Amino acid sequence: MSRTPSQPREDPPQGRPLLSVRELSVRFLMPGGRPVAAVTDVSFDLRPGECLALVGESGCGKSVLASALLGLLPGNARTRGAALIDTGEGPLDLLTADEATLARTVRGRRAGLIPQSPAAHLTPVRTVRSHLAETVRALRGTPRRELRAAAEAAAARAAFPADHLDRHPHQLSGGLAQRAATALALVADAPLLIADEPTTGLDRDLVDRTVGELRRHADEGHGLLVITHDLAAAERVADRVAVMYAGRVVELAAADAFFGHPGPRHPYAAGLLDALPERSFTPIPGLPPELDALPDGCAFAPRCDRATERCASLPALADGVACHHAREAADA
Amino acid sequence: MLELDRVTAGYDRGVPVVADLSLAVGEGEAVGLLGPSGCGKSTLARVAALLHRPWAGTVRLAGEPVTGFRFRAPRAERTRVGVVFQQPRLAADPRLTLGDLIAEPARATGRGAELADRAARLADDIGLTPALLGRRPHEVSDGQLQRACLARALLLRPGLLICDEMTAMLDASTTAALAAVVEEYRREHGAALLAVGHDRVLLRRWCDRVLDFPTGR
Ligand code: SF4
Repeated sequence: MSRTPSQPREDPPQGRPLLSVRELSVRFLMPGGRPVAAVTDVSFDLRPGECLALVGESGCGKSVLASALLGLLPGNARTRGAALIDTGEGPLDLLTADEATLARTVRGRRAGLIPQSPAAHLTPVRTVRSHLAETVRALRGTPRRELRAAAEAAAARAAFPADHLDRHPHQLSGGLAQRAATALALVADAPLLIADEPTTGLDRDLVDRTVGELRRHADEGHGLLVITHDLAAAERVADRVAVMYAGRVVELAAADAFFGHPGPRHPYAAGLLDALPERSFTPIPGLPPELDALPDGCAFAPRCDRATERCASLPALADGVACHHAREAADA
Repeated sequence: MLELDRVTAGYDRGVPVVADLSLAVGEGEAVGLLGPSGCGKSTLARVAALLHRPWAGTVRLAGEPVTGFRFRAPRAERTRVGVVFQQPRLAADPRLTLGDLIAEPARATGRGAELADRAARLADDIGLTPALLGRRPHEVSDGQLQRACLARALLLRPGLLICDEMTAMLDASTTAALAAVVEEYRREHGAALLAVGHDRVLLRRWCDRVLDFPTGR
């Protein structure tokens, strides 16, 4: 799990944020039930050239957050807070923009998406080649005779095999559909790219290639938000890591410090890293809480070996960690 | 426990995706089968789980050649093998609650009452609360659903468990938790494991030996 030294790591790139998320919350209203607190008070900035990895277990809110940013939430969702995207044409709040604006100016243009179930996002009647060629033509005005080569180059970047280009989405395995979606997103060249579990189902070699391409995409100046449960992939691609638990960001740290020295500071984040087979392979005891019945205090308390009475009150995210007994950055 | 002898398998009379492969999993042994995605290792897992008839070769369970696959597999043989797949959402009947999903193999073999306690204990061991057991697949996370699928696979006390990329979609903690449940079950029942996957570090940590697909060495 080591990183190539050439990748920029130390400080997040400076400059105006491309994406500025402030106290974003998402609630799902359930018929006859209590609202589900899928995302609560999430704030972060993402600058051009930077990659932020959102990690956590399934159901922690990371995919809901991505859907919120793209206006893809279901009808029973209510959002609060702000998510400003600024690609040079003035900031736009993704949470309040109407569907027409999102469809016309955001999705695929200012913000690209590598979706979690890619087959569903590809038009079933068109081949991968025609998807790619059409995207290249629409965005770059590439002349028709060069489209074939451009589509093949785009496919190669995402390790999509050239001999499968003439297949339709339903003829692809999950891993191949994933790579097709990655190729499309990379070629669409939006300033912000949101990748939702881009490495699920890929084996290590392909994870490495995909992660390498995503990193290159960020290094070219794009902002990259990677949502993943794969900590090894997060370690390789990210400048910063945000760990989510029960809908909240509980730790936001530089990837170097988080995966290397001094290591994670929040007990949940530490437990997650420790569960890796290359570390102690010990699970965190218990399950995450139900999002319609969250406790008033720290949601991790029932599973936490550092919990005390203080944890009955909610810890605020301060200095990158939301825990009353966080490990000091220095003493880890 | 399981022997695959020169197995060749595929679909639709095309090119075989598994060609002439032999491997053996001993009594109580844990074997990892490592290969890239789309290489045919899932097909091999389906053959070993008696869910797919190979074109050629022999499958032996506890020394006896298997006589039928899928619905033709004799019940006694089928219940000897438990299987968990990568995508719980494709494997689980969306109409069943998690509790019914876990208990279904017992009901299907007319042993529902006899095994009710065991189903409840397994669910508890695997970390599923009564509230979760009352939910349907779309109301739970992938991790919770996969826990139920594993409990279901262990219900009839199989002597061999086959896990086909069981944890590929899961976070590190859930992965370690499910691996620990399998460990505990194997220790208790002396069961064998065939774990198919792409993550060498994980398979090394989890299994007694790891073979590379497609050579089976
Ligand atoms: S606030 Fe308390 S319960 Fe929550 S993570 Fe920190 S120590 Fe554990």
